[in-house]
Amino acid sequence: MELFRLRRTIPFTRYMLVLNLISFVTFLAAVFFLVTRGLHLSIEFTGGTVVEVAYTQPVDLAQVRSAVAGLGYSDVAVQHFGSARDVMLRLPLREGASSGQQTEELLAALRAQDPTVTLRRTEFVGPQVGRELVEDGLLALAFVIGGIMIYLALRFEWKYAVAAIVANLHDVVIILGFFAFFQWEFSLAVLAAVLAVLGYSVNESVVIFDRIRETFRRQRKMSTREVIDVAITSTMSRTIITHGSTEVMVLSMLIFGGPTLYYFALALTIGILFGIYSSVFVASGVAMWLGIRREDLVKATKKPGEGDDPNAGAVV
Amino acid sequence: MNRYAWWKYATLVVVLVIAALYTLPNFFGEAPAVQVSSARAGHRLDEGTVQRIEQALAAAGLGAQAIQYDGQTVRARFASTDEQIRARDAIERALNPDAANPAHVVALNLLPRTPEWLQRLGAQPMYLGLDLRGGVHFLLQVDMAAALDKRLEGLVADLRTALRDKGIRHGGVRREGNAVTVRLRQAGAVRGAEDLIARDFPDLQPAVREEGAETVIALTLRPEAARRVQEQALKQNILTLRNRINELGVAEPVIQQQGLDRIVVQLPGVQDTAKAKDILGRTATLEIRMVDESPEGLAAERDATAPVPFGSERYLDRNGRPVIVKREVILTGENLTDAQAGFDSQTQEPVVNLTLDGKGARVFRDVTRENVGKRMAILLFEKGRGEVVTAPVIRTEIGGGRVQISGRMTTQEANDTALLLRAGSLAAPMEIVEERTIGPSLGADNIRMGFNSVVWGFVAVVAFMCVYYRLFGVFSSVALAVNLMLLVAILSMLQATLTLPGIAAMALTLGMAIDANVLINERVREELRNGSAPQTAIHKGYENAWNTIVDSNVTSLLAGLALLTFGSGPVRGFAVVHCIGILTSMFSAVFFSRALVNLWYGRRKKLRAVSIGITVEPASTGKAG
Repeated sequence: MELFRLRRTIPFTRYMLVLNLISFVTFLAAVFFLVTRGLHLSIEFTGGTVVEVAYTQPVDLAQVRSAVAGLGYSDVAVQHFGSARDVMLRLPLREGASSGQQTEELLAALRAQDPTVTLRRTEFVGPQVGRELVEDGLLALAFVIGGIMIYLALRFEWKYAVAAIVANLHDVVIILGFFAFFQWEFSLAVLAAVLAVLGYSVNESVVIFDRIRETFRRQRKMSTREVIDVAITSTMSRTIITHGSTEVMVLSMLIFGGPTLYYFALALTIGILFGIYSSVFVASGVAMWLGIRREDLVKATKKPGEGDDPNAGAVV
Repeated sequence: MNRYAWWKYATLVVVLVIAALYTLPNFFGEAPAVQVSSARAGHRLDEGTVQRIEQALAAAGLGAQAIQYDGQTVRARFASTDEQIRARDAIERALNPDAANPAHVVALNLLPRTPEWLQRLGAQPMYLGLDLRGGVHFLLQVDMAAALDKRLEGLVADLRTALRDKGIRHGGVRREGNAVTVRLRQAGAVRGAEDLIARDFPDLQPAVREEGAETVIALTLRPEAARRVQEQALKQNILTLRNRINELGVAEPVIQQQGLDRIVVQLPGVQDTAKAKDILGRTATLEIRMVDESPEGLAAERDATAPVPFGSERYLDRNGRPVIVKREVILTGENLTDAQAGFDSQTQEPVVNLTLDGKGARVFRDVTRENVGKRMAILLFEKGRGEVVTAPVIRTEIGGGRVQISGRMTTQEANDTALLLRAGSLAAPMEIVEERTIGPSLGADNIRMGFNSVVWGFVAVVAFMCVYYRLFGVFSSVALAVNLMLLVAILSMLQATLTLPGIAAMALTLGMAIDANVLINERVREELRNGSAPQTAIHKGYENAWNTIVDSNVTSLLAGLALLTFGSGPVRGFAVVHCIGILTSMFSAVFFSRALVNLWYGRRKKLRAVSIGITVEPASTGKAG
């Protein structure tokens, strides 16, 4: 079975300007939503208490809200979590009261209303821990970006490193944009997903860059644009199949993983879908605009196994 | 060219067998068990306890499937939860006759049903995190500023005493922020004070300045001394917490240092956070009092029914013998700065060395001078219940704040006593900065959902690979299964904690691991299309894909390492599995799948076609446009 029997090279570079403009607009939209709406950060970052309770019957949220209203919190988020019987409540930090007291008060109030309610999970995070997590998250991001750029600059050339990072940050910003637009909860797990996507979709750029280098070596008469077209066309099949398989796994998490893994899987899904697009078109596009040339790479030392067989075209 | 040397196959077989052995324990599940450990710090269980447990079980007509003793705890496994609960009650009655003063912690637990021959190989199932088994998690922040403060306060008092002892006249020893200042008027006193500080207070860093007619020596704690104070505070708090948690009867508590000033406490299976917190925050106090040696007192000590003299109280020591102690408190634990087990320099007998602060030393000297030949009791109060830790006889006047308790102790007893004296209280206050409770039903749900997502994702990927790449797809799928097995085996070997994010990482890693096989299979197809002979195509396909696989895995690994370094809690659990998964995937996807291909195709000299899902056409299509 073959899904992609591409007999000729598709002239992707001809549409590169349009494609990149589209990405640019999406990127700007994502930034816009990030700035105007901001992220809906989980209590891991903001500090506060989360209580998850289960009822035996589907429960009306308004009813739960009315039970909590008497406790004197200005801002309690009440929502269903996974099913109509499970409810998640988010309490802000309160000076003086320990998390245990908060939880017990809350449970007492809920039990007064419906004695069948059971505690599923509580989580309390103090304010200083939240601040550290934000710092550590940003440090991790910087570390990944720095590490990947250095690796790619050594392995290829700085232009490729810049192109790959631009492409992948574009993914990250778009994932964040989605989370800002829909006000999905941005938790530590989502942050892990974002960083995993960053490492993962760089793969794709690496595979295409590998092909660009190989094609530069083999096809001495081709122009840079033709080389990029050949590289994208010949890796197309692999790109879609690998991302497809990863996505199947992620979808399975989205479907079977339950509410805890939901946003994690969602961030991965968006990351993978945009990752395909960005690493192909944005990375090679940026590399093209930066003016990659045969001379930049061919002087690099040859590796065994990458012979310069003139007939070995790059066709899938 | 597509043959592996025999030793490569041998290596693979060895790796697979080891991986299979260590994966195996995860399939046996868990059996209900009763776990017995000592409720007292430093007290160890011995073979005698095991026998008593066996007798208690036999008396109750219960047969344990297995009884294990590992030096610290005794664990007995049962066939059903019903038997487990009855056994718990029977053991409880046998080992803790006095319910108000239990000597043993008898807790319900789940034990892996791993067969003994596997256990002997050290094979154990993965350790499940709290989000999978339910329980409470606390992150406690130790107030280091308070610990340093306490230490400085102690030093101020010590310094005053030392200066007075040496007859050095000073204009005041005071705390000024983080420094201690000593004001001196005479040049001789300055020199004397400097010598004294250099000799007896090596932890302090002096800085001398002139202020009008006065010389001021400002003393700050040296950085290494400050670090030592913080480390000791953390260690002592951990120790104290461990003692207190023992009482909760938690089967496998985790009490660990995190970072420089934090302690993680995880109590699997505990649901009552309020009680747990109450116990964590409790303060124990240590008191030093005189033993009532009056004839009435001694009589009351010998005879439990005799009346206790007025002004005295009856307490039991650790062996259950009564000691009649005066009500008047000489010193409390606040004055005790350290307690260490050691050996007497002359007799080589095991001893416990106590260090008292300035005030403590002064009081102690006065009291010992007046009471030579009498007994002094050290009592530990917890939950309002007092116990005599030790009641040594005062041999001579003791000055200088260094006290030695000796006499008829084993090394073990000396260690236990020192531990108890130290562990009485927290070195510095703590605050809960993070708290999580996971109900047991949620834990079970998390396992089921995590497991389902891995299984269904795996099935879908395998189905697709087999249809799309035919036999090569089957090889890739087997390699993927091996990858999963290696991952589980390594996690079991390391006894890394598996959490829900860890399971997510497993699913994600499998999804990403197939990338390497897709790359290889696509390369092989490409070579075939270009007209290579099947054997060459396989060889070149693997060869060409290798560079790309390494590149792409390095970038993924970078992200994983960043998460491991900067992440905490759930993110770390994800990162550990992710990183290990990337490494195992390189092994299985390249080395192992190649072995399968070589085994299948490698020996055929005249190979016409390979089953990789394409029909090879004439080589003319190989020219790229």
